[in-house]
Amino acid sequence: MTTFLFYVFAVLTVVAAAGVIAARSPIYSAMSLVGTFFCLAGIYVLLLAHTIAVLQVMVYAGAIMVLFLFVIMLLSLGEAVGPSKVTFPRVVGGLTAAGLFAALVIATRPFIPVGAEPPASFGTLQSIGAQLYTQWLAPFEAVSLLLLVAMVGAVVVAKSRV
Amino acid sequence: MHDIPLYNYLVLAALLFSLGVFGVLVRRNALVVFMCVELMLNASNLTFLAFARDAGTDMGHLPALFVIAVAAAEAAIGLAIVIAVFRSRGTVNVDDIRTMRL
Repeated sequence: MTTFLFYVFAVLTVVAAAGVIAARSPIYSAMSLVGTFFCLAGIYVLLLAHTIAVLQVMVYAGAIMVLFLFVIMLLSLGEAVGPSKVTFPRVVGGLTAAGLFAALVIATRPFIPVGAEPPASFGTLQSIGAQLYTQWLAPFEAVSLLLLVAMVGAVVVAKSRV
Repeated sequence: MHDIPLYNYLVLAALLFSLGVFGVLVRRNALVVFMCVELMLNASNLTFLAFARDAGTDMGHLPALFVIAVAAAEAAIGLAIVIAVFRSRGTVNVDDIRTMRL
């Protein structure tokens, strides 16, 4: 059952990710990206990362995609119909991506799964929160500062007159 | 429960990352380029979580959390820049934005 779900989510993820690239309109790209995020959240659940899966849906599929959709509508980008033909940059891009994929697959070949049985608290909010506020406190504070800077920076950059 | 090998997850992450690279290289709309960067960030997250599951310790979930936070910051700043560029130039095509190019 787990294997079946993995392949369903994996195929859907890849199809939706391809849709992001292939879609003509940025709106369709954004919608495909939402699908990718949801299917990835399913895969995260299969990996027992329930907390991250919930955060994925809330932060990515919720907040970030709303931001994208707002900008797309704000700029009123219409159907930017580009010629869907094979051009030199596309061939080079495809070859680069294919080469990268081959290199990554070859590089990950030696990873024999250890398959350690996880403890009962694996991936729970309690376990992640305990680590976040003890061992990872410094990165956590750094990220909160980064988000503050990004918030102020986004307002300053996007404002027409400061 | 552990019937899916780690390798499958890593290949899926590699495929997702390569698709993101392909999109960044071939798409000319700055917004779609940003979306493809998000794809690549998600691929890295998947790798973190797959290795965490395999090691049996959830410490790898914390970097994934930080990647999500950094992606949110990146999207906010990036989209603000796209809006600013669109306001001054009227286009989001990355081929037409070439002031800083040689």
